[in-house]
Amino acid sequence: MKRWVLLAAFLVVAGSLLLGAARMRPFGAPRLDLMDRYFNALSQGEAATNNVVTAIVFDYRGYDTLGEATVLFTAVVGVALILRRLKG
Amino acid sequence: MIGNVPFVVCMVLVLLGLAALLFRRNLIKVVIGLKIIENGVNLYLVATGYVQGGVVPIWTYAPPDAAMVLPTPQALTLTSIVIGLATTALMLAFAVVIHRHKGSLDGRKVVELSG
Amino acid sequence: MSVVVRTIARILVPVALLFGGYVILHGHLTPGGGFQGGAVAASAVALLLVAFGTSAVKGLKSPFAVLEDLGGVAFVVLGFLGIGYTFFFNVLAGSGGLFGAPVAPGPNPGFLNTGGTLPLMNWAVGFKVIGGLGAVVVLFALFGGGDDR
Repeated sequence: MKRWVLLAAFLVVAGSLLLGAARMRPFGAPRLDLMDRYFNALSQGEAATNNVVTAIVFDYRGYDTLGEATVLFTAVVGVALILRRLKG
Repeated sequence: MIGNVPFVVCMVLVLLGLAALLFRRNLIKVVIGLKIIENGVNLYLVATGYVQGGVVPIWTYAPPDAAMVLPTPQALTLTSIVIGLATTALMLAFAVVIHRHKGSLDGRKVVELSG
Repeated sequence: MSVVVRTIARILVPVALLFGGYVILHGHLTPGGGFQGGAVAASAVALLLVAFGTSAVKGLKSPFAVLEDLGGVAFVVLGFLGIGYTFFFNVLAGSGGLFGAPVAPGPNPGFLNTGGTLPLMNWAVGFKVIGGLGAVVVLFALFGGGDDR
């Protein structure tokens, strides 16, 4: 019984995902790329960097990277707390 | 022209991970299913930023007069990969502790909140 | 592990560390950056664990923890360098000093002395990732017991 419910849920999710992907815009033709064209054209002048992805990660979206570093730190602390030796 | 095939392939990857998540009881296999879902989503994000005939968005020895793919999805995918790595480390640590305490990796045996 | 694995590991651990350092150092010119290079260098720790057992990496837990803390602090300090304008402002870009050479627009061969604070942030995040992933690997090894397999 429970297995049939799981299978029905899986089929519903599968149909919606595949239908949504099939009805998406054509591959290789993004509609909104104003911001990305700005980054590609001006990151050499503003961040003095050839690598546009690095310029976005560390300069334009530095707050994202700060949160990411915080998540990594939290994960390490969590692993250290979970895996502590209980007896000695 | 390949149409929408890359997006559909990413969704097939997500569905494979979802099947592992729903129909498997081993906790390690559940973690592997979550990683497959995450990789499918990352692939989908990178495929979203592709421009027809584009090159990698790096100006070092870039070919002149070539379109560049969108860099923002790639940067956010980098963030997503690192966060997925952190969550995977945490999930595997939980799996190790559950195996130490229960003696098995069956997910059905840990639904009760016995201490 | 067997002597074959140990011999190959003795050759490959410095190569992995060197390649990780290269990826971090050239993060603002070529594909790569702090996270990717840190992950490559941390894979050397996993290779060390697989080849030589738990006893080889037992003493590395505290240095990795200190390395991760220092990387995080250096990243935040580099962010505070630009507090006169905004947080994370790239003050060193184009200033002519360390990593301050301006970049001509368009395709160029790539010069190491560019990027402002970005190469320094790459190093900070790279050390942070080396410390974090290395600490996770060492913690998993220590929890599994002291058997040398």
